[in-house]
Amino acid sequence: MSDAVVRADGVWKRFRLYHERNQSLKATIMRRGRARYEEFWALKDVSFEVPAGSTFALIGHNGSGKSTMLKTLARILRPDKGTVEVKGKMSALLELGAGFHPELSGRENVYLNGAILGLSKRELDRRFDDIVGFAGLERFIDSPVKNYSSGMYVRLGFSVAINVDPDVLLIDEVLAVGDEEFQRKCLERVADLRASGRTIVVVTHSMQTVRSLCDRAVWLENGVVREEGEAGEVADAYLGQVQVDIQQAEAADPSSRWSQLRITQVELLDSRGRPTTRVATGDAVTFRMHYEAAEPVRNPVFSFAITTPDGMLVTGPNTKEAEVFVDKVEGEGTVDLHVPRLLLLLGNYDVTVECTNDSVTHSYHRWSRALRFDVVPGVPHETYGGVVSLDGRFSIN
Amino acid sequence: MQTLREIASRRELFVNLTLRELRSKYKRSVLGWAWSMLNPLTTLLIYATVFGIFLRVEPDVGDPSGLKNFAMFLMCGLLPYTFLANGLNAGMTSLIGNANLVQKVYFPREILVGATVASWLVSFLIELGVLALVLAFFGNIVVPWVPVVLLLVVLQTMFVTGIALALAGAAVYFRDLQHLLGLVLQVWLYSAPIVYPVALVEGEVGTSGWKITLYNLNPLTRFVEAYRDAFYHLRLPPLDDLAYLVGVSVAVLLAGWWAFSRLEGRLAEEL
Repeated sequence: MSDAVVRADGVWKRFRLYHERNQSLKATIMRRGRARYEEFWALKDVSFEVPAGSTFALIGHNGSGKSTMLKTLARILRPDKGTVEVKGKMSALLELGAGFHPELSGRENVYLNGAILGLSKRELDRRFDDIVGFAGLERFIDSPVKNYSSGMYVRLGFSVAINVDPDVLLIDEVLAVGDEEFQRKCLERVADLRASGRTIVVVTHSMQTVRSLCDRAVWLENGVVREEGEAGEVADAYLGQVQVDIQQAEAADPSSRWSQLRITQVELLDSRGRPTTRVATGDAVTFRMHYEAAEPVRNPVFSFAITTPDGMLVTGPNTKEAEVFVDKVEGEGTVDLHVPRLLLLLGNYDVTVECTNDSVTHSYHRWSRALRFDVVPGVPHETYGGVVSLDGRFSIN
Repeated sequence: MQTLREIASRRELFVNLTLRELRSKYKRSVLGWAWSMLNPLTTLLIYATVFGIFLRVEPDVGDPSGLKNFAMFLMCGLLPYTFLANGLNAGMTSLIGNANLVQKVYFPREILVGATVASWLVSFLIELGVLALVLAFFGNIVVPWVPVVLLLVVLQTMFVTGIALALAGAAVYFRDLQHLLGLVLQVWLYSAPIVYPVALVEGEVGTSGWKITLYNLNPLTRFVEAYRDAFYHLRLPPLDDLAYLVGVSVAVLLAGWWAFSRLEGRLAEEL
């Protein structure tokens, strides 16, 4: 691809893990040499290209090297091998308000921070009102930032960074700042930049963000590119792995392996009672769990929880609150949750199931993300986003 | 070359960081900018009392100015020394003190060191201006010699920046360099003719021989003598002195920069 504006080519980055760190000349001389350390490679031969105008995600577990990669792109870290190339003006949102000086006023800090990010005085003069207005700090701009609340601090930091008007924007999950109103403004601003053809590279844990915002993604694991490709596919592959990991962890955990009752299978059934993993909004469906009780279990409570891939709980009904009681279960059986009209919207969802005692204090068995299913558009027809339809009725008078 | 071009393109940042240093230096104090005058004034009073009155150090007689005043003699050497000491101390800690910046934003790191030195350069220039006024009061009209002094200031700034760059990079790895620097600066103060005239040393070791040559190799000695030539004696410093200073300053700046670029690679991780 020749239109790549961000390119990482065989990037290796090594960190030192110090056992004994000599941060003084004295210690160095006494021990006759520099510190003892282990080297470890945080990035191993990472290559990818980000086409101009696309939004690109770096995903992976904590410690997978994704933030290191972003810092390398931002030129804060220097690769030991390989090259990193970014064409055009770059702005990095790694930490908001980095370089703010507490004693200086908001105004002085805007100019200082702007200069750090590469804006000239004239450009700043022109954008100053926008920056302050966006942060909503008109009244406080001439007081020292040490008197700002932490929210005001990051708001001003974000406002300066986003007004740099970069060709390439690097974001490290800092969008979760401020109150909801401000978050919404931030997301809109990022969407504007995206729409105006800027290139965005984002490090995130939220697969929701990856799916809804990003075009392409790279999944890093232990410093190695595990998968690169279309954002949705990479996110699915990543979540699939997460699910396997969780199941393995649960299988290895003796407390969950055995108790009196065990959930053996979870199914989603369509209106005709056939197992499926793909349903449409508005369909009649049944969630079914199969259990196996080796000994009699008294007053069990069964629950289903439906979550989005990035972990947001959509709903979590249980038999106790639904006032469906059974004195005792023994042997094999099933629990059904019948939903006459499924009001979930387009997306992937996970089902977590659990069986607890009567007071919901002891868990017999919990199975996280036991089932993944897709919802495709149906009726009610909504494509604006979100996870659930309220199935309301409009009237224009 | 590429670094140079990059630094040149970040002039605004340089100016802003320098202003930040200047503003924050005095923002919290009631006396504010008066401190920048009060500090050298106190030092002057102490040294003038101890060396000029108690120890009766005889200052040189201005040639051709005819001025004979220990306080003025002292100031012509003490101000350049103070600039050296402040520039090195502050320049050395400039990376450590701005760790959060270095770890979160990219810009040529030399700018941080340069801006810190520059903020002390501003103080130095103001002090020199005050000195020029006071000298005029004692009958020394320094105006014709200002270009010479400005040349010296440029050279000394290069000299200080070069050392500060190397120290700033090294201090990230060895935090106790700060204490060491304190010692070195104290030795440096007395190893140059600042609180005493060169004649005193020459009286001990003679005007030729390896000892006086060694003494004169100290760049601070030459700097102080040159400043004094221009402001105290009102004469042009010897051209070989100036040539020496040009050579040393350029060499120190390049060497310091080279050392800095060697140490720079892992700055963000080690801070």
